[in-house]
Amino acid sequence: MRKKTGPQFLANNSQLLIPLIAILLLVIFNLIRDPGFFSVSIAANNKGDPVLQGNLISILNGASELAILSMGMTLVTAASGGQDISVGALAAIAGSVFVKVLKGGVVSGPIVIAAFLACCAVSMLFGAFNGSLVSFFRIQPMIATLILFTCGRSIAYWINGGATPTIESPIINAVGSFIPGIPVPTPILIVILMGILFALIFRFTTLGLYIQTVGINQGAARLNGINAVGIKLLSFIILGACCAVAGTIGVSRLGLINHETLLINIEMDAILAVAIGGNSLGGGKFKMLGSVLGAYAIQALTITLYAMKVPSTDVKAYKAVVIVILVVMGSPVVKDAMSRFWTKLRSKRPAAAGKEVA
Amino acid sequence: MNKLPDRSPARRREPVTDTQLLLSITICIFVGMYIMAMLIWGGGFKKPQMLFDILNDNAYLVIISCGLTIVMITGSIDISVGGVTALVAMVGVMILNGSNHLFDGLIASLGLAESWRIVFALIMSLLIGLAFGAVQGFLIAHLEIQPFIITLAGMFFARGMITICSVDPQKAPQDLMDILQKRIEIPWLGSVNKKGVLIPAKMEIGVVIAAVIVVLVFILLRRRKLGRGFYAVGGNRQSALMLGVNVRHTRFMAHLICGLLSGIAGFVFMMHTGAGNATNATAAEMNAIASSIIGGTLLTGGVGNVIGTFFGVLTLSTIKSIVTTSGLRDPWWQSITTGAMLSFFILLQSVVLMRKNRRRRKAKKAAPTNGDKPKDG
Repeated sequence: MRKKTGPQFLANNSQLLIPLIAILLLVIFNLIRDPGFFSVSIAANNKGDPVLQGNLISILNGASELAILSMGMTLVTAASGGQDISVGALAAIAGSVFVKVLKGGVVSGPIVIAAFLACCAVSMLFGAFNGSLVSFFRIQPMIATLILFTCGRSIAYWINGGATPTIESPIINAVGSFIPGIPVPTPILIVILMGILFALIFRFTTLGLYIQTVGINQGAARLNGINAVGIKLLSFIILGACCAVAGTIGVSRLGLINHETLLINIEMDAILAVAIGGNSLGGGKFKMLGSVLGAYAIQALTITLYAMKVPSTDVKAYKAVVIVILVVMGSPVVKDAMSRFWTKLRSKRPAAAGKEVA
Repeated sequence: MNKLPDRSPARRREPVTDTQLLLSITICIFVGMYIMAMLIWGGGFKKPQMLFDILNDNAYLVIISCGLTIVMITGSIDISVGGVTALVAMVGVMILNGSNHLFDGLIASLGLAESWRIVFALIMSLLIGLAFGAVQGFLIAHLEIQPFIITLAGMFFARGMITICSVDPQKAPQDLMDILQKRIEIPWLGSVNKKGVLIPAKMEIGVVIAAVIVVLVFILLRRRKLGRGFYAVGGNRQSALMLGVNVRHTRFMAHLICGLLSGIAGFVFMMHTGAGNATNATAAEMNAIASSIIGGTLLTGGVGNVIGTFFGVLTLSTIKSIVTTSGLRDPWWQSITTGAMLSFFILLQSVVLMRKNRRRRKAKKAAPTNGDKPKDG
């Protein structure tokens, strides 16, 4: 885990405190409950390849789609000051297109790539639809994406003609679980790849800065020569691409597309990840790392609850309690009160110490 | 839309407000759509019972949407309403059928009749709704946490509590349901069937409750200080504060009322279905948001009308019944058409508001880029 962070790092990235504390608390809690909780072992899977196993791996692996979606969601949130609630539906559409193309012929390397590109194109198109509603027509993002939220999964159903087709192929297996010879689950590698990609984009382009500028003050950004409409549109298109990746992983994991259950409720988790990551849901400054950490914190919570034998249907209620505790801790009012309390405490202590000396 | 000529200075000096404009568009479209459905598919749509069926099925949605409209007017959001509704329905059914031992014991020890269960179910509904509203309102208004996150947690909590209460679907006993599902018959709106027998139009009690709530919320929003405060807070929190509105209290009250209304909606839902199920009222929050939007409430706050919301619910559910009657029987069509209609409404509103703002700005002619909230690219 990424708990080893220096004080300097924390000073620069104080907003990462919330997800880090959340992860830390979960880690400590789990270690107290079961010291072997995070042990990672190498076992052979049913094909005889060595693979990593353990709760840590299942947390990292299970959060992959969420982490990827929360990356895109961070950009959309920062640029438009609103959230896209259609990501789950969009991922389902992308997955359907992916399967639809694969069903067209024999599954081979180039066809998988073609299918991925096709689903990328489709979901970027839908992203552009959302984005144009938000940027050209100035509709609030939540309402604009409500359209796809309502009908997205039905469109996915429609694409597959009312069926839930399955695909069997070693290539799909490699994407969804393990590449033969590499013990780390492939989704984790894809997340790392996406992370590097975004890091490079932010390092070598001004996209991040522009998105922050548009999010903080759209009018000022426009007066400074930034194409605010275009930036918003672009952020939604990027989120569309993220949905395509997440949808592909989700489909490959199971080897089938089920429009009803694929990444269900993930839009809520993705928004939550952005919020836990310390990003303002009102737009403006953002830290993508925070959202990704938030995604892992959510997954760690889920896995912890599963490990405590909580039925999967009840997990939501416990999750809600933890979320409320987290956001209450992070709320500005509580923070202010805490810091006032802290300064009071500190101002008292030297006085008391002084008295003792005297 | 045809309200625009009214803006001529001779007839009305006040310009049409955003609320009135969007409201009139919604009502026009609903009436137009219903008449179109009558002309094309005739049959069912010509009978008043069709309208009553739509109302019977969606009374709970009307109530939820009223609460959500209030919250949206204050510039906040509540997505826990569907979950609370389902939770209340589940708890209510469990009290009715006696699988909740606490209330069973209470009723037995007090020696009350079976029908007292209904009273307890109603009290519990209101309490659960109020509790959700109060906790969420406190966290949002006083601790200034983003409403989306808190109410999302509220939704998770409510949905999780349903399965903690009972994983299996519960059913209310028939004798109690007979009391709850008593229908009001309206003979003069009835229709004559093929045998020549007059079948009166039937309306459930839930519809009456919903209607009363719509009127009450309308009065609250129009005539009460608190209701005007909702608009003030939603329009501009800073200036509301400077005008002496207690912003925190107002936001708290908005969420409290919304919670209470979702509790009532849960009871109405239970009256309609008589079943507690984990998948009850799925996506009701999104339907309610969609209805409010169709009715002309803006998510940014400050603009909205509960009458519009009522017509929003009607429009949304009429679209659904039109789709089913028009023979598109594949399961995906209903939500695809809903989505298409939703995008039509959203675009229409956006275009209308943009045109209006442009016109207003042209009239001003001064200060081309500052002042007005939305700007043209």
